[in-house]
Amino acid sequence: MTKGSPLSGRDPKDSERTTINVTDGTLIPSRDEGGLLSAWNISFFGAVGLLVALPLISPDPYLRILSFVPDGLIATFSVTLSSIFFALIIGLFAGLGRVSQNKAINRVSTIYVEIIRGIPLLVQLFYIYYALGPLLRLQGPPAAILAMSICYGAYMAEIFRAGIQAIPKGQMEAALALGMSRATAMRRIIIPQTVRIILPPIGNEFIALLKDSSLVSILAVSDLLRRGREYASTSFRYFESYTVIALIYLVMTLFFSRLVAMMEEKLRHRGNVH
Amino acid sequence: METYIEIKDAVKTFNGTIQALRGVDLSVKKGEVVLIIGPSGSGKSTLLRSVNRLERLDSGSILIDGESVTDENADIRHIREEVGMVFQSFNLFPHLNVIDNITLSPTVVLKKGKEEAVAQGRKLLAKVGLSDKETAWPEQLSGGQQQRVAIARALAMNPKVMLFDEPTSALDPEMIKEVLDVMTDLAREGMTMLVVSHEMGFARAAAHRIIFMDAGQIVEEAPPETFFTSPREDRTRRFLEHIL
Repeated sequence: MTKGSPLSGRDPKDSERTTINVTDGTLIPSRDEGGLLSAWNISFFGAVGLLVALPLISPDPYLRILSFVPDGLIATFSVTLSSIFFALIIGLFAGLGRVSQNKAINRVSTIYVEIIRGIPLLVQLFYIYYALGPLLRLQGPPAAILAMSICYGAYMAEIFRAGIQAIPKGQMEAALALGMSRATAMRRIIIPQTVRIILPPIGNEFIALLKDSSLVSILAVSDLLRRGREYASTSFRYFESYTVIALIYLVMTLFFSRLVAMMEEKLRHRGNVH
Repeated sequence: METYIEIKDAVKTFNGTIQALRGVDLSVKKGEVVLIIGPSGSGKSTLLRSVNRLERLDSGSILIDGESVTDENADIRHIREEVGMVFQSFNLFPHLNVIDNITLSPTVVLKKGKEEAVAQGRKLLAKVGLSDKETAWPEQLSGGQQQRVAIARALAMNPKVMLFDEPTSALDPEMIKEVLDVMTDLAREGMTMLVVSHEMGFARAAAHRIIFMDAGQIVEEAPPETFFTSPREDRTRRFLEHIL
């Protein structure tokens, strides 16, 4: 999970102190970080190379493993994409709640964020699937998506909140002075400007969620990790199975990191807006 | 001339300690241009911002055209439609181009048709001398141009009164005149204006009355000619020595 989003530096209280900003983003290369870029190159092309070379060198078991796990890849992606979609919706509303002037809404949103961020994702998965299982009667995949959406929704809420608060106060004042309601001003003025700022941190959350989706293999979800475990436990090829699984995760996260970095750079070069 | 804005005993305290307004009475007539000056922290911006309730008064009342701004049940959005405001920092919407900045509120708030709003927007751009900037983005404009767009944007709501909160304070000297010219034209057309500014050129050219505020109170008010040549109060004289 992203520990310090790039937005955290905008908090005036933070900027007075010396802070270090360590994020998942250390994996994310940018053009001015040549060392990191080459580290990315070595990791990414090394992993891709191994995934190609290993099955060629020893088809048994590597080619068998590679043909066994694609089902899991589909499950991993469908869980990740569905969760990020619902997490964004939850995050938008909870984030708006966090900046709401309505005390009750504000309190409820804040409590949601505090509770969810205080409980490990794995515990939340167990809770929804096992503890609330008799009540919710959900299959593995929907339970996994529900738990991950609720969990990541809280982190998304903080990103939306920080994004909204990063927009200068004058924007809301100008909109109000023009006769707009607060809701209209949010929709037409504040949120469109927020989207631009929060795209990179949301990209980071996506990568984090992709990695965390491996936790759902605990529930009855045949994701990438679970498929690897299934192969390993029938063939007793633990080393080979988990090596392939690790490499596939690595290739995916490095690929998406690069994508987020490119998006970030593009946004920066286009200047502020439009 | 009839009274258009009526401020009575306005009191405002920030954070429970800083007294921004300590009982201000002010009435502005229709078509009158009133300039508010005073040292920083004298409460002049707070007074201006409470007219369209960007600041809420602790006590006292403000009426615009007989309608209460300060009443809890006031239809503040309707009042704001008729009160244009121009800010020190322009506050153009950076994600919208110039014409969209101007037409957004007329279409969204006043429910005007897009074509009608654009036609009116073009007229206003011509009025502020920026017809060629219709599709420009705010960040591509100089400060003076941005402020003129901001004035056009406020005028697009057909306001009955315009508030200017230090409209030229953030501008480089060579851009101040282009903004003041637009404001002077507006004053000549009979717009009711409440202006917080230290631009004495504008004061002489367009203001009907000058209000000097200090420590949350109105110290002195007079027409520009008497205000500058024979101020009554010591405090005013000292202030004028600093800025003239």
